[in-house]
Amino acid sequence: MISRSALRYRKLRDRVVESFLLLAGLVAVFTTIAIVAILLIESSAFFEHVSLVEFFTDTMWTPLFADAHYGILPLVAGTLTTTLVALAVAVPLGTTIAIYLSEFAPTQVRETVKPILELLGAVPTVVYGYFALTMVTPVLQKLIPELPGFNMLSAGLVIGLMIVPYVSSLSEDAMRAVPRYMREGSYAMGATRLQTALRVVVPGAFSGLAAAFILGISRAVGETMVVAIAAGMQPNFTFDPREPAATITAYIVQVSLGDLPHGSIGYQSIFAAGLVLMAITLVFNVIGFSLTRRFREAY
Amino acid sequence: MSTSSASYRDIDALRQDLSRRKLIDQLFVIVGLIVMLACLAILAVLFIDLIRDGAPRFGWDFFTNFASRKPERAGILAAWVGTSLIMLVTAFCAVPVGVAAAIYLEEYAPKNWFTAIIEINVTNLAGVPSIVYGLLALGLFVYQFDLGQSIAAAGFTLALLILPIVIVATREAIRAVPNAIREAAYGLGATRWEVTKDHVLPYSTGGILTGMILGLSRAIGETAPIITIGALSFIAFLPQSPVKGEFPFLSFEWLKDPFTAMPIQMFNWVSRPDPEFQANAAAAGAILLGMTLLMNGVAIWIRYRYRKKINW
Amino acid sequence: MLRLRAWHEVLDTIMATTLTPSSRPVQETSLQDTNEQSPAAGQATGPRISITVDDTRKVKPPHVKAAVENLNFYYGEHRALKNLTIPIADKQVTALIGPSGCGKSTFLRCFNRMHDLQPNTRYEGSITLYPDKLNLVGPGVDPIEVRMRIGMVFQKPNPFPKSIFENVAYGLRLRGVRSRATLAEEVEKALRGAALWDEVKDRLDDSALALSGGQMQRLCIARALATTPEILLFDEPTSALDPIATAKIEELISTLRDRVTVLIVTHNMQQAARVSDYTAFMYLGEIIEFDEAAKIFTNPSKKATEDYITGRYG
Repeated sequence: MISRSALRYRKLRDRVVESFLLLAGLVAVFTTIAIVAILLIESSAFFEHVSLVEFFTDTMWTPLFADAHYGILPLVAGTLTTTLVALAVAVPLGTTIAIYLSEFAPTQVRETVKPILELLGAVPTVVYGYFALTMVTPVLQKLIPELPGFNMLSAGLVIGLMIVPYVSSLSEDAMRAVPRYMREGSYAMGATRLQTALRVVVPGAFSGLAAAFILGISRAVGETMVVAIAAGMQPNFTFDPREPAATITAYIVQVSLGDLPHGSIGYQSIFAAGLVLMAITLVFNVIGFSLTRRFREAY
Repeated sequence: MSTSSASYRDIDALRQDLSRRKLIDQLFVIVGLIVMLACLAILAVLFIDLIRDGAPRFGWDFFTNFASRKPERAGILAAWVGTSLIMLVTAFCAVPVGVAAAIYLEEYAPKNWFTAIIEINVTNLAGVPSIVYGLLALGLFVYQFDLGQSIAAAGFTLALLILPIVIVATREAIRAVPNAIREAAYGLGATRWEVTKDHVLPYSTGGILTGMILGLSRAIGETAPIITIGALSFIAFLPQSPVKGEFPFLSFEWLKDPFTAMPIQMFNWVSRPDPEFQANAAAAGAILLGMTLLMNGVAIWIRYRYRKKINW
Repeated sequence: MLRLRAWHEVLDTIMATTLTPSSRPVQETSLQDTNEQSPAAGQATGPRISITVDDTRKVKPPHVKAAVENLNFYYGEHRALKNLTIPIADKQVTALIGPSGCGKSTFLRCFNRMHDLQPNTRYEGSITLYPDKLNLVGPGVDPIEVRMRIGMVFQKPNPFPKSIFENVAYGLRLRGVRSRATLAEEVEKALRGAALWDEVKDRLDDSALALSGGQMQRLCIARALATTPEILLFDEPTSALDPIATAKIEELISTLRDRVTVLIVTHNMQQAARVSDYTAFMYLGEIIEFDEAAKIFTNPSKKATEDYITGRYG
């Protein structure tokens, strides 16, 4: 016996639940809109005082000084330098680990090592900052005696280490997605595992690997605490990793630590810096994700 | 014997070349193992070093003392209470919203441009640097909503930050439930919500729980966004108690209180030039790292157990 | 007429007594005076095939390229192949037929040790490769060396995501050949051998993935031919192809017979009848009957074979 009214109630409940669920889904959209809106609104106030030309060409960034300069270049240079150092660590290490885990390691080793490796990515960044400042820098100072206590090299190395699991995990996923028949074709020709990995699997997973590196870049660019602690927070227009310098993120932290009044130009400047940071990471993320998608479609 | 052009056809040359190639292969295995073990060793060194440096500070007082100008008397009372309360707020906001959004995307959403926008947003939010969330919170929660530098503002910020993690993990867990189960339930006349709450959700609890813990373990160590909203690092009092003596026994006044948190406290100590404070930083770091590793360990364990238990 | 069970005894006697003088080990021969087409296979091989001894049609039966004797294969504890014993005739096409799951692909993959890529697999018995009497499944024998000498073409065309040229040159590059001239020469030779040269000679640098399914499969054949394998294994090479492409591949296999020993697994009996000189019928991991193809398809001696060939089987 079917009760029509009970059914009607159940169907109504389904619709009500659906709209609640949709609302939850929309939170993500609202968050994005809010981020963009806040950054744009506060930065537009900033750009009323500072011309875009000055912002992108001045080589000094001293918004909090009496002689204020608003050139983002020093912060971008710092960000770029630490990111490059990080990549120099993360790309070779991450790829090596990924090739090893995907092509060489027995299943059990892979299943055991992967989660442990991912713990490296779960360590709070402030702990990594401590690591960079109190352990890595002293070691580096033994190798390079004139290295200052704050430097981008140490921060970059530690960021690189931090994103190794991220890069290796994404790369390994990409390599494992290369179909088995492709590998068999190579093995049947008498290739060794390494030859198969380097000549067939890596080229086959190329866009996936590229995506892993690019998403790794985005991570390194957005990393805050390690640079804030270990690289010093002085804007310094240099690409020399041995020098101290501030990144975009470190500058935001530095200003936040002080007590700038709401609405002052210093307050607005961190939103302008944030807008640049957001734009850079967005570009890398979009490229990275579209590469991943293209890679998934290929197989 | 010709070796120039046709050596690849000569079995002896071929064997010689093969043994060379196999040697390279084995060398790579060694290199791969070393790199991997080095990364794992660094994790161990990091933890051991923190514990060693922080050893003089470990003790009951460290947990029950407020921050102080004297390093040996400084403790993390305000920090751990603050972190606990923030996590409470974060979990209460992020988990229901994240799970609901994931259910919507997996079970309800039609395949159209609108759903695609939500999906792109979720993926993209996962890649937004955490400090940008801090700027969002500063502009929106602190000033627009006038929450000030409160526990609520910090909790909401971190909830937004881990929302993508919860959504992605929940979606994966839901997707792992085979369609045959859904069809079986639909075949009996269940509505979509009934299928979801009676079958899909219970069968994917493990994955959802894993995502929740991983999200919280990310939130617990996040420093940058909380600094941005202006957490104080020197707080010598506790937020108001959530439990009251008189009716209705619960109070939410603590949500509006200023706070400090574990990572902030650690950052503050790291930034001090006085090496005595480095010991405090190390001790706080060891506790923080221990908590993250513990949470991750639990998540891995749950994932492992559920994977073993359910065999579709 | 000899039955299969007795065949390997005959083989044993022949091996013991009538080794032809030309079957000396390959190390003693200089490569310069060998046949340019396929030097290793150009050497005289093992004993001559002898199944139908009373058959007077064949004046000179072919040599044995590989002798399979009492081959057993295990996946863990599961015995997938049971006491297989057949000869593989040199420069002839041998087909393996049988219902799916009968172990024909498993058998084929023993020849180039593809099973070694999975853990917990084990061989027993021997596959002796002539002329140097290498036991392909012997415990001390390197699977990679085996794969360098025995080529394989797979069910699904599996070109690498590289250019047409690089696909064919792959095997040579693995062997350390770097000279562009040598590579170009060998690639052209292999592509001609696979009847693909005319179709691709103007676009050797294009991606192999842009080819049609049939072209891809011929590319895979060229890739295998480029390193002059002694035996070429085909694992249902046309099952993913349309009829026209299939016809081309079959024609190609027939011409390959002059240069290389071919072993082909097929689920298509017409195909086996068309291309093969010898045919083995397998069922449940055993060889039920092995004979000249003409005999198997016209007058099989076993009831099971007849049932399968006439379609009375499942």
